[in-house]
Amino acid sequence: MPFQDFDTITLGHGGGGKLTQKLLEKGVFSLLNNDWLNSQGDAANLFLNGEYAFSTDSFVVSPIIFPGGTIGDLAVNGTINDLAVSGAAPIYLSLSFILEEGLPMNQFWEILVSIRDACIRTGVKVVTGDTKVVEKGKGDKIFINTTGIGKIHPKARLSMKNIRSGDKILLSGAPARHGVTIMSKRQGLEFETTLTSDTRPLHEICQQLLDEFGNSVRFMRDPTRGGVATVLHDVVRQTGLGIEIHENSLPLENEVAGACEMLGLDPLFVANEGLFVCIVNHEISENCLRTLHSWENGSQASIIGEIVDEHPGGVLLHSKIGGKRMLPQASGELLPRIC
Amino acid sequence: MKYLDEFRNAELVDKLLSKIRKTVTRGWNIMEVCGGQTHGLVRHGILDMLPPQIRMIHGPGCPVCVTPAALIDMAIDLSLRPEVILCTYGDMLRVPGNTISMQQARAKGADIRILYSPLEAVQIAVNNPGKEVVFFAVGFETTAPANALSVLHAYKAGLSNYSILSAHVMVPPAIEAIMSDPETAINGFLAAGHVCTVMGLSEYEPLVKRWKVPIVVTGFEPVDLLEGIWMVVSQLEKGEYKLENQYRRVVEKDGNRKAIELVRDVFEHRSREWRGIGEIPLSGLFVRDKFRDYDALIKFDNLVKHAESQYDCRSGDVMKGKIKPPECPHFGTKCTPEFPLGAPMVSSEGACAAYFQYAQK
Repeated sequence: MPFQDFDTITLGHGGGGKLTQKLLEKGVFSLLNNDWLNSQGDAANLFLNGEYAFSTDSFVVSPIIFPGGTIGDLAVNGTINDLAVSGAAPIYLSLSFILEEGLPMNQFWEILVSIRDACIRTGVKVVTGDTKVVEKGKGDKIFINTTGIGKIHPKARLSMKNIRSGDKILLSGAPARHGVTIMSKRQGLEFETTLTSDTRPLHEICQQLLDEFGNSVRFMRDPTRGGVATVLHDVVRQTGLGIEIHENSLPLENEVAGACEMLGLDPLFVANEGLFVCIVNHEISENCLRTLHSWENGSQASIIGEIVDEHPGGVLLHSKIGGKRMLPQASGELLPRIC
Repeated sequence: MKYLDEFRNAELVDKLLSKIRKTVTRGWNIMEVCGGQTHGLVRHGILDMLPPQIRMIHGPGCPVCVTPAALIDMAIDLSLRPEVILCTYGDMLRVPGNTISMQQARAKGADIRILYSPLEAVQIAVNNPGKEVVFFAVGFETTAPANALSVLHAYKAGLSNYSILSAHVMVPPAIEAIMSDPETAINGFLAAGHVCTVMGLSEYEPLVKRWKVPIVVTGFEPVDLLEGIWMVVSQLEKGEYKLENQYRRVVEKDGNRKAIELVRDVFEHRSREWRGIGEIPLSGLFVRDKFRDYDALIKFDNLVKHAESQYDCRSGDVMKGKIKPPECPHFGTKCTPEFPLGAPMVSSEGACAAYFQYAQK
């Protein structure tokens, strides 16, 4: 990290004095350079007009730097995606760090650079933020909170309440990539993969779907923690309808499927960062799939199932071999099976 | 995916199902011994595809489920000592002991690490010379060789801060215990393919002869399971009882000699308490005296000793096939995967959890 006198974060960097000033000016502000940050006010003044979505998320992933991303671009993309699946085009972000004393300065720099790159790629502006430092042992290297504001698409009528029996369930790509990548790098679990996280912003494709299909898109959600299965369970719980999905239609990458077999995990329960579930009127489902396929990250998009009146509150999976089972809900921490 | 797709082939599954349907003429109770097989039956939706005459009974082959609460208490006691790093396999974390689970112990500050291999625990011991590293060694014959190897590695390296808390159990004594129960309802067994990969077939021949019961060593994928079931049903319908090997692509008659030697060098057989089932003679693997320095039971004195408490849990009856999980009065009410009364509700391989997930609707 340029122009810093320390090679690690110290408590002094959170003290609000000269060290803090230097860290922010030479580090954060120089990278994320914009009028709001440069004015260094206590709050950002924003001009808003119309309907907006507002969302917040905290990021505590370990390891903080992983194949395909860092906790930094994860924090930017994560909040952008919460806005995106709510039908909003993200505009502004807040960015807060809780740093643990001893975090290597070069890692913090790498994370800041990834934040800048994610902002440039998506066009969002970080307009306010905060930095705190906690004593060693009181945190885990770095925690990041981002809060975002985005303008709702005029045609968006997204709500679980609009979901009807017969609607189709689309998945924008292959699941479980992020979770398996992270697990493969956890201490004590390192195994050889060439997998990278799927962290990426989803707002452009979500906006495009709303442009083309308007209120025929009933509901969208990005299946992060708890995976695709957890989103499906949220839907049946809140709508009182049922869901049927087809194992044959699930796009699974060989390497992800192999790692899941080895680790004893079900890919439907593993976390994703650049994937979304989209529930649409069945009449437009094929067209919607075509649009997803035309998206640069959507080649594996698939219609994985449908909303049904039967078994209300339950998700039924048709297995590859023609069997059926109710998909369970994830319970607590995702623990690998023994044998 | 190679080696999986072939054994999840819908056409082959159909063929095997129709063979089973053509063969079966009356009701049979078949126990799949291993939790991995239970998981396969549930995950692929096979239970409902079988003809109604065939009742699959989920056996005691889930290591997490049969580990006594008293041993879990000891592991928790160790984990809460500031000098100890306790390592174990993931599923163990949620299983309640007599007081709390390891997950709760971790929240109290215990250093508990989830590993996939005990050799990683040895490495943790090397890296943390100021700490005592204890590996909570649960499992059947499948995990025993790796756990034995960890003791040998530590022994050869002269490590003084590594030990294992052995909760190992063996399959053949469990089959013996199930068959010697006068109320047993089991007509045939699918033996656990991976256990036999290690140990070979020799221990099963005497069981077949003594109890006049078909045993088919079986794999874990849908085609394996259905072929195994078909082989058992064919024997039963003909009034035969033989030891057969469905899992020929993996299991050899003599097993893995190197692994068997490792286990024999490090462990000896003694009686062991099985959670929910009771004591089974010579069913446990204990660290031999030669390696006493690596036996946590000897190394740490005054380990907490709770008597095995009497639960409302009827897991023993479930694992012996006397009742099905939903027939337990607490199934799904007082006992759920989030708040389990007994271990079979915890592990994804546990019979109760498998039923709970499958039969929610």
